[in-house]
Formats: sequence, C-alpha cells, structure tokens
Amino acid sequence: MTTNNKEALLQVRELCVEFPTRHGVLKALDRVSFDIAPGEILGVVGESGAGKSLTGAALIGLLEPPGRVSGGEIWFEGQRIDNLGPAAMRALRGKKIGAIFQDPLTSLNPLFTVGQQLIETILAHLPLNAAQARERAIDLLRQTGIPAPEARIDQYPHQFSGGMRQRVVIALALAAEPKLIVADEPTTALDVSIQAQIIQLLKRVCRQHGAAVMLVTHDMGVIAETCDRVAVMYAGRVVELGPVQQVIHCPAHPYTIGLMGSIPAMDEDRERLQQIDGAMPRLNAMPSGCAFHPRCTQALPRCKEALPPLIDVGATRTACWLHHSEARA
Amino acid sequence: MSALVQVKDLAMRFDVSAPWLNRVLERKPRQFVHAVDGISFDIPKGKTLALVGESGCGKSTVARLLVGLYKPSGGSVAFDGRDTREWFGAKDSLSLRRRLQMIFQDPYASLNPRWKVAEIVAEPLTEQGLLKEPNAIRARVAELLSMVGLNPLDGAKYPHQFSGGQRQRISIARALATAPEFLVCDEPTSALDVSVQAQVLNIMKDLQAKQGLTYLFISHNLAVVRHMADQIGVMYLGRLVELADKAELFANPRHPYTRMLLDAIPDIHLTGRDRVAVQGEVPNPLNPPSGCSFHPRCPHANERCSQERPALQEFKGIRVACHAVAEGRI
Repeated sequence: MTTNNKEALLQVRELCVEFPTRHGVLKALDRVSFDIAPGEILGVVGESGAGKSLTGAALIGLLEPPGRVSGGEIWFEGQRIDNLGPAAMRALRGKKIGAIFQDPLTSLNPLFTVGQQLIETILAHLPLNAAQARERAIDLLRQTGIPAPEARIDQYPHQFSGGMRQRVVIALALAAEPKLIVADEPTTALDVSIQAQIIQLLKRVCRQHGAAVMLVTHDMGVIAETCDRVAVMYAGRVVELGPVQQVIHCPAHPYTIGLMGSIPAMDEDRERLQQIDGAMPRLNAMPSGCAFHPRCTQALPRCKEALPPLIDVGATRTACWLHHSEARA
Repeated sequence: MSALVQVKDLAMRFDVSAPWLNRVLERKPRQFVHAVDGISFDIPKGKTLALVGESGCGKSTVARLLVGLYKPSGGSVAFDGRDTREWFGAKDSLSLRRRLQMIFQDPYASLNPRWKVAEIVAEPLTEQGLLKEPNAIRARVAELLSMVGLNPLDGAKYPHQFSGGQRQRISIARALATAPEFLVCDEPTSALDVSVQAQVLNIMKDLQAKQGLTYLFISHNLAVVRHMADQIGVMYLGRLVELADKAELFANPRHPYTRMLLDAIPDIHLTGRDRVAVQGEVPNPLNPPSGCSFHPRCPHANERCSQERPALQEFKGIRVACHAVAEGRI
C-alpha cells in the first residue's frame, strides 16, 4: 500500500471507528483505507449498516458521540485532519470540505431564509462584504438551476420543493469553493425524475468547481452513472475497490457479485432474482474471519479463521480469500 | 372470463379546506385535492397489475380504496363481479375482507411492537373467526411462517428482534393468513436493501405461482415493477396516463411521461451516460394545470394540451391518454 501518495487529495488509512457501550466496544469501521484524487468522484456503496455514512461522518469530523475514531489516519491536502481540535475542524469543514446530507429539509434551518444561510456560510469562510456575499449567493443559486434566484433568495426553505431544496443544499456546500464534497445519499429522498436532475447538477458543478466528491449511496444505478471509482462496503470494511466499469461488469468479491445480481435489471427478463440469503451481521455478533462468510456460497475453511486483506485482483482491489491461491489449496 | 378486480372511473377527493371559522372570516373557499381522478382498470385472476408514478400521484390512495380503507367519492370497484362498496357494508362483508388483504410499505410501522409474531399472524384468523381451536391456530401460524421462509419457532419473538426483510415477511404471512385471492402491495420493498428486496420479491413470485394469487403491486421503482408485473399502469397526478402490457410498455412507451420515467432510470450497465434531463417538477395537486396535467413539463405539448384534457384511448393494445399520440404527432 502506498503510504504517501502525493497526488491524492484525501487519504484515508486504516480508519477505525468504534462505539463504547455497556456491553463492550462495538467496532463499526474496521481498517478502512482509500484515496480520492482531486476532481475525482468516488462512490461508496453498501447496504444499511455497512458503515458508509459513518465513513463520511468521520471524514468531516461529525461523528456522533460516543462514536470515536479509534485508529488510523485521515490526510487532507498533506495535512493530518483526524486529530484536529473542534475549532480547527470547523474552519476546515465548509471551507475545504463541503457536505450534502440525505434530507434537504433537515439540513436547512427553517427559521432563516435561504439567502441568510448562504450568506452566513460565505461570510464565515470568504473575505467578502455583505453585498458581495449576497451577489455570490444569488450566483450560486443560479448555477444550481434555481429559477429567478433574485426573488427566491429571500424565501424560506418550506417555500421550496424537495428537489429545489436539495439544489439549495448543493449551493450551500459549494459556497466556499471546497476541494472535497462529502455527499451522503443526496438523492435518496427524491423522486426518480428529480434524482436525474440533481445527479446531473452535482456532476456538472463539481466539474466546474474542480471539487472531488465522495458520494455515499445504496443505489448502484446512481454510482454507475456518476462515479469514477467505487468502494463496496460490507459490515464496516471495504470489500472491493476499483473503477466503476470493472466493479459493475466483473465484480471479484462474492458480496459484490450477489449485490449486482439482486438488482432487477431493465434490459433482461429473469424469472427469479439472485438473492443473498441471510442478513448483514450485527455489530455485537460479528462472525470470525471474513464477515461475509456465513452468507457466502463459496466460503472456504480459511474464511472462518482469518480476515482477508485487500489485495489487487486485476484492475480492482478485493478482500476475499478466493483470490489467494494458497487459501484455495 | 371477467376479471377478478374491475375498477371503473374510481375517484377520491379529499377535503383540505381551511377550518370553518377561517373560511368565514378570511373568505377562503372550500378546497379539494383530487387524489384519484377517474381511473379504470381490470386485473385478471392470477395476474399482477403494477401502478407506478412519482410521490403524490395517488398510487397509495388507489390501494387503500381497493381494500376498503377509504370510501370512494366516485366510481366503483367490483370484486369477483360484485360491487365492493355495497359488499363492505353488507352483512357478509367478512367474506369479502378475507379474500383481499394488504401489505404495507413500512414493516417497522405496520407490526404492533407489543405483540409476539405468532399473535400478529394469528390475528386475522381469530378476527375472522376462521379458526377457534388454539392448536389449529398454532399449526396454521407455523405453516404460514414457513411459507414465507421463517422458522415456526420465530413466532415466540417480538417484531424488534427481526431485520427489515424478515419483518416484511411477517407482514406477508399475516396477509396470507386468511388465504386471500387478492393482495394489494403498497411499496412492499422500498424500505428494504437490494439484497433483501430480492429475497422478498422472490417469495412473492413463488407464492403467486403456487397459490394463484392476484396482485396489485405499487412501486415507484420501474426495475422492480418490470420484474413483478404483467400489466403496468403509469399514474400522474391522480390519473392513469398509460396502461399496457409489460413488454409493450418497456419496448414501446407511448406517453411522454412514461418515456420520461424510463429515461430517468439510472442504468447500471451504461456507465458514464447522462440521463435525459427532465425539466420541471410534479405540480401542486391542489392547483393542477388545466388540460393535460403533464403539459407544462411535456416537450410535445401544444395549444390543445393546455386546454383539453385527453381521455384514455386504446391504440394497438395500449391505452394512452395523450393528444400528441392520438394525433400521431409522436
């Protein structure tokens, strides 16, 4: 593993997150590593409870207590950010790293107009006066495709529809020209026709602003049309990481294969969907070895005993003993 | 052979007027939302009709009208040839209620958290007076649980001890308790993860093949609908804009809204492709556009579309409500 890749904007190394509880410490993220290059869109996909959102929250320093980073490092533009204090993290968040959350209604304050919220963010991070900030806020709303931004800027969030609100949230995330945007399920709460608009918008504005994106979603379709690379997560670990085309067309990990097979396809008719029996293990009952082995149809004896490392398999990186020749023997 | 379920000009109107005092003092008019506005379809026995559309188009209202949770404000629903409006009020309404059941979207909200699973599944049996003997009830519950792939011993647990997919199986078991012929499924898998969704969809298909069930399947996910349905109805603002066989609808969508929906689906096999951007959003149902309610978003709209509401007409086996299709413009 390359430890000091100069080109990467963000490097996550062996990140662990745990939750201390009365019944012991639960490990929610276990040695998650990935890089994001400048301007790249990295998708993070997985089912509920796989740790996708937690990875995003850890990056922007918004882990809910008692959750805590218990190991590993996060490097952003050559600076280590996982050990920054709250004040330094706050300065970084919003300025260098923007965030978009799932529900646009709860990420906007209902008591302030859209303009007040945008201007507050701009003034907090950029050296502009109030009039310039308002100018910039209107410009941001225009870029995100809100009609008549001069009038809409003085309206409250409840006066916007769901899709329009998500555009405002994207404008808010872009307000200080961040280098990285963490988008956590940005289109899950929206209808398909609106989803298409928002995804296109996100792609376009990130390209214009040169921002890299970490797109967290459970929707493989959104990943396929948006991302450059994708990380598949299962039970707090990255099980496969590689270019989108590669992961979708020739997945290497049995979980990814099952996941792709269980998606009803639009272009072929199948009598039955391929299903993965069972459910994701709970954090307090994590199986030994590879967490996927109880559901895996090809599990080897080795899978129960030891955790597979993430290794290069063709163009992707996969954590599975099936790709180790000595484990098969 | 006539269809098992026949829906004709079904309409549901909700009164959303301001309170009486406000209406008097502020001179506000009465206001109604036409959630379902004159839709007609048939579902033959053993088949699946799917309704698709975006939030607020009236899909769930149709589901609730069919099982009698709402009383229609217009039109009729006939089940097995008999009008359900009259049947639900008649003395023998139980004989209808046991023949149609519903599966709800959210398996976290539709199961009573204080009841054991066995009690939940047994409730329809005791409520309908189908079985009285405790041993018989226990045996039937065990049979139902194994039918949906759960362990009969799971009956002693509470709903919170199950995952989302398992809970949805419990609600399927409960719906099957009275051996219904017709199941109304309102977004049964949209709260589930894809791998679990596949499990539930497979169970539903197997049950249909084994027991000859008839489904009304409601979903906003066209890929799921394509997997499950025989016939598909596309709804927009309370009206049916297209009704066609599955193969025909996907191969040759006629209505501009159907085309838009199909274009909007992210396709996992065409990576890097830009979806066709659809302009605009669903209008406010309180104040729907005049004429065809889709015309403000439609690329083919003309003068006539903004004035005259198109009726559902048949074109080569497909039923479409669109002036542009009728005039041969598209």
